[in-house]
Amino acid sequence: MITDMLGALGTSTRQMLANWGFAARLFFKLLGMSGAALKRFGLVQDQVHFLGNYSLAIITVSGLFVGFVLGLQGYYTLQRYGSAEALGLLVALSLVRELGPVVAALLFAGRAGASLTAEIGLMRAGEQLTALEMMAVDPVQRILAPRFWGGIIALPLLAAVFSAVGILGGYVVGVLLIGVDAGSFWSQMQGGVDVFKDVGNGIIKSVVFGVAVTFIALLQGYVAKPTPEGVASATTRSVVVSSLSVLGLDFILTAMMFSI
Amino acid sequence: MQRSKNDVWVGLFVLLGAVAVLFLALKAANLLTWSFNKDYEVTAKFDNIGGLKPGAAVKSAGVVVGRVKKIEFDGESFQAKVTLGMQTQHAFPQDSSLKILTSGLLGEQYLDVAPGADEKNLAAGDRIGSTQSAVILENLISQFLFSQAEKSAPESQKP
Repeated sequence: MITDMLGALGTSTRQMLANWGFAARLFFKLLGMSGAALKRFGLVQDQVHFLGNYSLAIITVSGLFVGFVLGLQGYYTLQRYGSAEALGLLVALSLVRELGPVVAALLFAGRAGASLTAEIGLMRAGEQLTALEMMAVDPVQRILAPRFWGGIIALPLLAAVFSAVGILGGYVVGVLLIGVDAGSFWSQMQGGVDVFKDVGNGIIKSVVFGVAVTFIALLQGYVAKPTPEGVASATTRSVVVSSLSVLGLDFILTAMMFSI
Repeated sequence: MQRSKNDVWVGLFVLLGAVAVLFLALKAANLLTWSFNKDYEVTAKFDNIGGLKPGAAVKSAGVVVGRVKKIEFDGESFQAKVTLGMQTQHAFPQDSSLKILTSGLLGEQYLDVAPGADEKNLAAGDRIGSTQSAVILENLISQFLFSQAEKSAPESQKP
C-alpha cells in the first residue's frame, strides 16, 4: 500500500521532471533554429499576419476602452486631491508600465495562443507532424519556429498599439469629455514618463511575454494527446498556463525594473 | 496575389506598431526634451534637497538649461551633493546661485539658477557655492505653530 503510493509519487515526479526537460530542450532548439527560421522570412511573415493583424481589432478596441475607464476612474480619484491635471501622467504610466504589456499579452494568449495550440494539436492528431518527419522535414523548424518568431514580433507591436490607443482614450475622456486642461494633461505626462525607464521597460516586458505566451502555446499543442479531447484540454491548458505565467512574470519583471 | 496582399497587411501592421512606439516615445514620454548635446557638469551642496530627484530640470528664468544628473550624500559635510549637467550653449557666471523650487503647489521640484555678476563663467567641475535648500512643508508648519505659541504664551501665563 505504502510502496504503491511512493511508487506513484515517484512516477509523477519523474513525469513532471521529464516534461520540464522536454520543454527546456524544445525552447533551446527553437532558439537555436532562430537563424534558420528568420532566413525564410516569408513563413515568419505569414505568422505575423495571422497572429498580429487578426489580433489588431480586439487589441485596439480593448485599449480604447481601458483608456476610457482609466480616464474616468483616475479623474474621480485625482480630483479629490485637487490634482486632476496629473490625469495624463496616471493614464500614461499605468498603460505604458503595466496595462499595455499585460492586458495585450492576456488578450494575445486568448486570441492567438489558443489558435496556435489548436492548430498544432490538430496537426499532431492528424499525424501531419509525423508525416513531415517521414519526409525528413523537421517539424520544429518548419512549423514551430516561424510561429515562435511571429509571436515574438507581433506581441510587442500589439502592446505598443494598446498603450498608444489607451492614452488617446484617456485623452478623449479626460480632456474632451470632462474638460481637464489639455496642456497640463500632455506636459505632466511628458514630465513624468521616461523613454527608457518606462517605455523601454514596457517594451522589454512585452517581448518577454511574447516569448512566454507563444512558447507555451506551441509546447501545449506539440505535446497534446492526438485525440479530440487531448486537443481540447491542450487549448484550455495553453490559455490558463500562459495567462498565469504572464501575471507571474510581470510581478518578477516589475520587481526587478522598478524596485529602486 | 495572396502573397503580396499579405505583405501589404503585414507591412501596415508593423508600420502601425512603429507609429505607436514613436507616439509613446515622443508624445507621452520625454524623448523630445532629452538632450543629445554635450553638457558640462557642475556640483553643488545643499543642506536639504527635499524631494529633488535625478533627472529633474534645471531652469533659469523658467527655461530648462540642464538636468540633475546625480544626487549623493556627502559623509564629510553631512550635506547632499548634487551633480548638474548644464547644456553647453548656456554659460552662467561663477557666482550664480541655486534654489530648489516647486512647480505649482504640489508639483515636482526643480533647480532654479539665478545668474550672478562674475565675469568668469562656470566651467566643468566647478562648484556652485551659494545654494538655498528646499522648502520643507513640515518645518514651515512647525515654525508657524511655534510662533503662534510664543505669541499666545504670555497671555495664558497671566493669572
